[in-house]
Parts: sequence; C-alpha cells; structure tokens
Amino acid sequence: MPRKHSARPEVIILRNEKPLNHRAVSLSPDERRLSFGEKWNYAPAPEASDYVRIKPRYQLFIGGKFVAPRSGKYFDSINPATEEKLAEIAEADAHDVDSAVKSARRASKNVWSKMAGRERGKFLYRIARLIQEKSRELAVLETMDGGKTIRESRDIDLPLVAAHFFYYAGWADKLEYAFPGRTARPLGVAGQIIPWNFPLLMAAWKLAPALACGNTCVLKPAETTSITAMHLAEIFQEAGLPDGVVNIVTGAGETGKALVEHPDVNKIAFTGSTSVGKLLTQAVAGTQKKLTLELGGKAANIIFEDAPIDQAVEGIVSGIYFNQGHVCCAGSRLLVQEGVFPAVIRKLRDRIATMRVGDPLDKNTDIGAINSLAQLDKIRELVDSGLQQGAKLVQPRVRLPGKGYWYPPSFFTGVTASHRIAREEIFGPVLSVMTFRTPEEAIERANNTPYGLSAGVWTDKGSKIFKIVSKLRAGVVWANTYNKFDPTSPFGGYKESGFGREGGRHGLLPYVTLS
Amino acid sequence: MKTLAVSERAIRGIRGARPPIPAVDQIMAEERAAAFGKRSIKTSAKLAGLKLAISMMDLTTLEGKDTPGKIAFVCRKAMQPMDARYDVPPCAAVCVYPNLVRVAKKFLGNSSVKVASVATAFPTGLMPLRLKLQEVRSASRDGADEIDMVIDRGKFLAGHHDIVFDEIAATKEACGQAHLKVILETGELQTYDNVRIASEIAMRAGADFIKTSTGKVTPAATMPVTLVMLEAIRDHFYETGVRIGMKPAGGIRTAKQALAHLAMVKETLGDDWLTADLFRFGASTLANDVLMQIAKTVDGNYQSGDYFSLP
Repeated sequence: MPRKHSARPEVIILRNEKPLNHRAVSLSPDERRLSFGEKWNYAPAPEASDYVRIKPRYQLFIGGKFVAPRSGKYFDSINPATEEKLAEIAEADAHDVDSAVKSARRASKNVWSKMAGRERGKFLYRIARLIQEKSRELAVLETMDGGKTIRESRDIDLPLVAAHFFYYAGWADKLEYAFPGRTARPLGVAGQIIPWNFPLLMAAWKLAPALACGNTCVLKPAETTSITAMHLAEIFQEAGLPDGVVNIVTGAGETGKALVEHPDVNKIAFTGSTSVGKLLTQAVAGTQKKLTLELGGKAANIIFEDAPIDQAVEGIVSGIYFNQGHVCCAGSRLLVQEGVFPAVIRKLRDRIATMRVGDPLDKNTDIGAINSLAQLDKIRELVDSGLQQGAKLVQPRVRLPGKGYWYPPSFFTGVTASHRIAREEIFGPVLSVMTFRTPEEAIERANNTPYGLSAGVWTDKGSKIFKIVSKLRAGVVWANTYNKFDPTSPFGGYKESGFGREGGRHGLLPYVTLS
Repeated sequence: MKTLAVSERAIRGIRGARPPIPAVDQIMAEERAAAFGKRSIKTSAKLAGLKLAISMMDLTTLEGKDTPGKIAFVCRKAMQPMDARYDVPPCAAVCVYPNLVRVAKKFLGNSSVKVASVATAFPTGLMPLRLKLQEVRSASRDGADEIDMVIDRGKFLAGHHDIVFDEIAATKEACGQAHLKVILETGELQTYDNVRIASEIAMRAGADFIKTSTGKVTPAATMPVTLVMLEAIRDHFYETGVRIGMKPAGGIRTAKQALAHLAMVKETLGDDWLTADLFRFGASTLANDVLMQIAKTVDGNYQSGDYFSLP
C-alpha cells in the first residue's frame, strides 16, 4: 500500500488571474510568480511502439542458444508505467548458472582467448553497428520495460551503448599499447551483475571491455529489466559471435549469488547497491576471483556564488531528475553558497514546475515511471523521514496517471547533514538542499559522506574549479555540467561507492592480467 | 533632457541594491536551448502554436528600396495573412523605416496591426544622440506605436555601459506613448555574458521589449541568445515585478523554429509571456512557412509556395 505523506507538501503552481498589462501592474515580491499552466499545452506525442517485438516468454541465453531454465520457472516483467505484464522471464538456478559458466569456459579456451585481437574487434564493431541499426526498437523496449523516458533512452542510453562497443572494439587489437612494455592476457570467465537503472548501457559497460580483452562473460541482468538484454543476445547471434562467448542468465538475487559463488568464475563485476556490494565482497573473499564494484552514491553538487546560476539550475535538474533520479552518480545533495540560496531555490522551484511527468513513451515527457513498486516505497519512506525530521518538501502540483508508479520532481530545503535524506541514497527524483558559507566548508561537507562516486562544481572561476576538484574525494567530478558520460572517460568510486574503473583505458585493467 | 547616470559598477550590482548579473556558461546555455528544439509539437498543439506565432509576428521590411507600394503589400498581408477560412489572426505589427511610418499607418487604418519603426540611426546607431532622439520623436509623431532602437555597440564594447544606459533612457523619454524595443545586435556583442549584461542595461533603462538583432548582421537571433535574454527578463521580473517583452529577429525562417521558440518561452517565462504583448517574432519570410504548415495541418496536404501570397 502506498503511504500518505504526513505533511502536505507546499504547492507552487499559481495561476495568474489578473488581466495582464505588463507596464501597469506592479506586483509585490510575493506575487512575482511565473505561471506554468494550461495556456498552450503540448498534445500527446507518443513514440510508436506497435512494431516492437516482445516475446511472451524469454529464455536463458547459454552457449549461443536460447534455452529453457531447468526448473521450468518464470517470473513476470512488468511495465512500470502501466503495471501490465510485458513478458515472462526465465529464472536461472544454480544448475543453469553452472551450464552458462561451463559454456563460457569452453568458449574462452577454444575460441575467444586464442582469437587475434583484430578479429575480436571485428565482432565488437559488428555488434555496435547492429545496435545502431536497431536502436529505435531497443529504445522503445528499454522505455517500456524500465519506465525511463523515450527522450533519454533514444538520445542518451542507446547512443552510449553503441559508443561503448565502438570504443572498446578499437582497443581489442591495441592492448599492447594500452599497457606499454607489458603483456595483457585475459582473465578467463567474467561474471557480471548489472542494475535496472540503465539496463542496456550497463550491459555494454560490462561486456564491451571484457570481450575486447579476450574474456568470455556470464551476464545477469536485474530482474525488473531483463528484456533488452535478451534482445542484445539476438544481436550477438546475428553478429555471429561464437557460441558461449556471452551467456545471459536472468533471475533475482539467488541467480546472482550462484554466479558469484561459482568456483570457475575468474572475475566478478557488479553494479548496484552498496549493501549487496558488501555481501559480494564477503562471498569473494579468500578466493582467486578478481572483483570490481560500482555501488551507491550521495553526490554533492556544489553551487558557488559566482556560478552561472541559470545554467547551474539546469545542472541541478540533470543531476537529480535525469532518469527519475535512478542514477548512482546523481547530484542528490545540493550544496548552495548562502548568498545565492534564495535565487537558486526560486529558480529551481519554477523550473520543476515545467517538468512533465507521465507516459515515458511520450516524446515530451521529462520524468517517466519509477522502476518498481519496491523502489517507489523506498522513495516514499525516505521522503517521510525527511518530513518527520523537519525538512521542508517542495513539489509541483502534477497530474499523475492513475496506473503505474510515479513520483513528482521534488526537493527538500531545511536539510542538515544529520538528516537521513542527506546521508542515504534515495535513488529517486528527490533532492536534498543544504547551504555552505566558504569554499573550505563546501569541500568538507561534500566529503562528509560514506560515498564518493561523483560530484559537481559550479563556478565561473577556472582556478577555483581546479582547486576544489583536487580536494573532492569522488571518482568523477563534473565542472559546470552534470551527468555527462563518454566511453573514453573512466568512471568509478571512492569509499563505499566501490572500486575499479569502467570506461576509458582504465576500464581495460580489471579484465586483464599483466606480465 | 533628463538623463539617468549609472556607473558600470552599479550596473554590475556591486554597489547597487540589485544582485550581481550572473555569468552565462556557454555550453550549458546552448545545450538547454537545443532541448526546446526537441519538444514534439503535434496536432492540436501545433495548430494552436502556429496561429499564436502569426499573432506575434512583426512583419518586417527594412530595405533601401522600400516604397509605399511595397509597404502596401506588407500591411495587407499583416492584416489578413491567409484566407479567412483558416481562421488565422492578424500579425502583431509591421516593422518599417521611419520615412514609411505614415504610409503604413494609412494602409493599416484602424486594424489591430501596429506600426513599429526602427530608429536611432538603424542599423548601426552611430550618430549623435541629439539626432537619434530627433528621429525617434519624428517617428513617434508620425504615428509609430513602437520604436525599435539600436544600442551603440561600439560604446558597449568599449566598456561605456553608463553611456549605453543613458542613451536608452533618453530614447525611452523621446518615445512618448510609443513602446520601446531595444535592439542589442547580439551578433556584434558575440558573447552570452555581453548579451546578458546588455539585456540588464536595456531593461533597467526603460525598455519595454528587448530584441536580439537588426537582421543586418549574421548571426542574428539564435536559440541560445534568445534563451539568455529570456532568463534576463525572468530575473528582472523576479526583482521588480515588471514583465519585459522579448523579440528575436532575423534568422527565424521555419515554422519548426517558431514552435521551438514558443516552447522556450512557455518553459522559461510561463503562460503570461505567450502573448503578442510580451513576445514577438521579427521576420520577413517566416510568415509563409508558418501559413504553409497551418494549411497542411488543416487540409492534410502541402501546397506549393505559389498558394501563399507574398508580403
């Protein structure tokens, strides 16, 4: 049952009823509100989805073939925007995982590790091109299965997915230049467990570098977003990728556990929550398995008084409302220098009133569906804690669809570092706003978190950017922008945000042994 | 003549009561502006938006070869852009040189279409202030409802912001009843920071509208430049409660561009600015592309340019 908020959020949309005569009206400061109402509304602009092929049932992808799970068990994949069942997904048990690992081992021994890098690169290029060709269909599927907006899956996710394969295809025959004077050899079989927030993109981040380095893979998608991974499997078939080089086992935590505990896996790569990351670390301890973790975050987005304020507000928006806030590197803690706090808050309040929440397939939607009911409950629970601890919630009045899982763009003011909403990852479109007085304090507050995945700095002063960035303990720091991704740039965390880097030349290292 | 002196430092807010003018980040401003071009405006929203765009149009002719004959074409087009069955509103204004204000006024009669006159040594503004003010008074006396002045970009770029301010304030006074649009000629100011500062100067000095360009310099109105000016208008409204109008001019040639601009206005300043009182398109060729799209939306098929009367 969805819980009710204990306090009524402040509603910020006002309709201006007065006739307008722009020179004559003199408004008191309180009346100076912009009105984002119904005057010229965009008509629905849905992306066509009728041509998209969704199978009633998706099997496991093992040894280059789609095979039924031994247990015969399937679970439902739900469209979070409609709560309708999209398809049934096979549930892999330890036996299925074992046959996937065996198939990966065979492919590793017999084919992939022996193949010249140049030849491996050709397969990766082919996969990248096929992804580009099918990108519209994949984008629609990604949106239907995960709830993210078509605008983002079409313009951000899919282009980046292809870009990652293209980028690592380029490295496949150049590994000796990546590590000059040393010989890079593949590890063998990589077990890769990915999250639900960027299903295809995370698959690409994991698979492309592993394959480029000559490893074979067993990939486990998140249980709420398995469909596009299975379409990716079809692309691997179409590209003629040798059987068993990539195997995909679907399922929930138990499937992941079986993969992590399998004795014949050489490497585990995981992206997901910090709590699961800790369990994985324990499971892998004492074995020969290599491990990389990309976990949670509670990033500080720091706005200085000399920042380009209007653009910084856009950066706040792309920092926290991108992908419904389901982003591990989201700028979820906003640190604003006190002098510009009122201006920033006012602009942010008006800005979120323009955001369109609803049908993720509508090309004008800015905030889509929350990925699952469980996640929605988690967001609500944390928002309730913020209200109970006395923070002030600001939310625009938005009409939400009757069915599906939704949360409007929101932010809290009156937050201190001791609030739960300032310390715990909400993983939703909810921002915690705090203030600071001096650059030193900004650095101290930004680093005052168990996490360290990312951060943002907004100032017009170049020298200040370099000074601040060198003191922030975060894997990625964006200056005067936020949530920008590129396959050439390494990504990863400090502290409880994990270890190891994905992307760039650094992203090769976790998948090779050097001699 | 009353002039309002203000130092550059006060303009920048260091001593003044106003907050300082924020810097503009080029990359993020351009990215934000581009996002409005991705809004998908379809069916009923498209038709309503296109008609709104026509109602906001300043149909412009600013050529050395302009004659009363040509002004007649423009005025007639502005009063009734298209066959009545399409239910298209008249344009907001015609925009002409001062010498042709009387002629335009005569052709327009008591229609709702206003006459805007460029003035102040358009397009450069490089004449003594005394003469520029004389020109403004003359155009206003001839019946111009709106005066489109140019700022002295040379003075601005040399750092004499106070002189630019004083000239605008003086021009505003010379306008009398006429509304004042201040052309920044952003293609010559070149940086978004300059555009932002010039917008502030113009609004604080008494502009009713701020306008991007003369149309004589490339680039003219671009989406990011207009966005930066809309953001300046927003700050001015927050600060004073006064709503300043915006007019991008030059370079907007297609219906698609016009709709993207409307989306930008809607999502930056809100519903109140979606009116010809506060937003205008300065254009000479835009109208027929918009009308062509209206005909397509209503009739379901495209017609060639020959089916749309030239202004």
